[in-house]
Amino acid sequence: MTAPLDVSGTESSARPEAVLQGAGRQAIEGRSLGQIAWARLRRDKVAITGGVVIVLLIVVAVLAPVITNVVGGPPDKFNEELIDPTFSSPKGSGIFAGVSWEHPLGVEPVNGRDVFSRILYGARISLLIGFLATLVSVVLGVFFGVVAGYFGGWVDTLISRIMDVFLAFPLLLFAIALVGVVPDEAFGLSGNGLRLAVLVFIIGFFSWPYIGRIIRGQTLSLREREFVDAARSLGARSPYILFRELLPNLVAPIIVYSTLLIPTNILFEAALSFLGVGIERPTATWGKMLEQAVPFYSVAPLFVVVPGLAIFITVLAFNLLGDGLRDALDPRGTR
Amino acid sequence: MVAYIVRRVIGAVLLLAITTMVTFGIFFLVPRLAGQTTDQIAAQYVGRDPSPEEITLTKRRLGLDDPLVVQYGRFVKGLVAGTDYSYGPNTEFCPPPCFGYSFKYQRAVWPDLVDRFPVTLSLAVGAAAIWLVAGVAIGVLSALRKGTVFDRAAMITALAGVSLPIFFTGLLTLAFIRPEGVVFVPFTENPPAWAGNLLLPWVTLAFLFAAGYARLTRATMLETVGEDYIRTARAKGLPERTVIGKHALRATMTPTLTMFGLDLGLLLGGAVLTESTYSLPGLGKYAVDAIRQNDLPQILGVTTLAAFFIVVANLVVDLLYAVVDPRVRLG
Repeated sequence: MTAPLDVSGTESSARPEAVLQGAGRQAIEGRSLGQIAWARLRRDKVAITGGVVIVLLIVVAVLAPVITNVVGGPPDKFNEELIDPTFSSPKGSGIFAGVSWEHPLGVEPVNGRDVFSRILYGARISLLIGFLATLVSVVLGVFFGVVAGYFGGWVDTLISRIMDVFLAFPLLLFAIALVGVVPDEAFGLSGNGLRLAVLVFIIGFFSWPYIGRIIRGQTLSLREREFVDAARSLGARSPYILFRELLPNLVAPIIVYSTLLIPTNILFEAALSFLGVGIERPTATWGKMLEQAVPFYSVAPLFVVVPGLAIFITVLAFNLLGDGLRDALDPRGTR
Repeated sequence: MVAYIVRRVIGAVLLLAITTMVTFGIFFLVPRLAGQTTDQIAAQYVGRDPSPEEITLTKRRLGLDDPLVVQYGRFVKGLVAGTDYSYGPNTEFCPPPCFGYSFKYQRAVWPDLVDRFPVTLSLAVGAAAIWLVAGVAIGVLSALRKGTVFDRAAMITALAGVSLPIFFTGLLTLAFIRPEGVVFVPFTENPPAWAGNLLLPWVTLAFLFAAGYARLTRATMLETVGEDYIRTARAKGLPERTVIGKHALRATMTPTLTMFGLDLGLLLGGAVLTESTYSLPGLGKYAVDAIRQNDLPQILGVTTLAAFFIVVANLVVDLLYAVVDPRVRLG
């Protein structure tokens, strides 16, 4: 014997017409995954801050020649008159030695080049290599990840083992060795053009397994879904399923993990520059500025702080945006 | 268990073979693909501005014109059985494990590597100990106090930690904490001085990694405390300390160990940067100096050793896995 349904509660007092009226005033919208994600992301103040910083950085990097015309001057101009000849450090005392209206972030030890201009021009290298290298890793990672996850069997075993080996190895050591063995002229390129291409390729090549593993995992679960069966039963071939059915469903993880890979690659480039195997002099890079700062850390600490903070702020901004994107696009993700 | 160990050891040996091939390929195949002639390769084995006769002689001595397979065979033979190197008037036997012979400095590579090994080992072991303890502890505390000020502060610090380059934090500590710099004192000579000098490099290196472990431990811990067996343990009336310390913490060990195995390579990379920043005479500094001098045998030697180390360390991690997680032994 069941108790009679209590229909006198407050919930039922709302008439069906009222519900319909409410719906009528505010039309029901179908929202795409992208719109939902954007709505979530917009509420995430921290991620938005990261995104704003990134946009500012890109603008500043692109406009570097214009900005340095107003403040700082050309990045390679020597200002030896600002350098104390005995200590090779900027003239003046205290941590802000060398800072002036013309040189808002001070000047380099030894030759007195303007730090502010070099930071702006360094942003170009960092961002360029960060983005291009990530593009290389994403292309490689997505390709091998999808292939491994979709085909399975020995293909998967082989690719997975290669990814494991890659992830376990001291990549930085191999990368500096590789940059070292590439001759000054090769593949029809020379000078900094070649250096840039080599760095982009090496950094991208060593980072692809990070994204490859994630894409493989996602593909493994997507492969079992009904729409793949449906496509196959309609006669679709593997390439079609891979690129037209699976790839669009992988856009969210690709966006998230590319955003998180960019800062890793920027750090990688800075590390290579710091170790002296990056872009060659006199082009400014943040890593190389820190390398130059090593002998002067006690007499010119500002020259350590400024490029270091530039790297830190850039990398942190990408990490914050990437974390926010992950939460917005993939709510079941690691958190 | 025995089958598992045997399988892993065979895998490690195979990996070692592939590794030496890849390392060898980097130094002998890549330059050729990039269009370098054997003369240019030979030039990297002798001092600066070599004469053409010197180059021809070096080329013949090293057999650089032989097929790559033959050269690789010689390289492996040197590692296993030792090999002869002739420089100028003399010939020197390089005993196994022969990691090569630097013609620029006229000395074998292996004794140099042995000399520098304690520095890198001290750095890596100390840093790993600090980051494992600190990372797991902060992660557990964060998870237990989810949403509190401590949790938020710890997670923000962790995010900052993964965004800071080692060479920046290292230089900051040098500039503002220890302007006189650090020196390496062997542990056997003076343990307190050893630890005192290495403390800053340890903390610098550990900070980067501790952040990742704190985030990982926190996530795993939050997942674990929702499991049924934790509720059962609490329902049995076990003290909270036992529930967390014995039951929940055990579950975070497997992902931590996995991450540790993956991070060993990064650790060596971190050691390269840390040693360069603090001017510590370890293997990483040796590698960087060798690359700056373009001394191919030294670079090849140190990279091969690093690869060996990684393979062996991963084998140890795999075996530890079996101890921590009994399911692995059967799988």
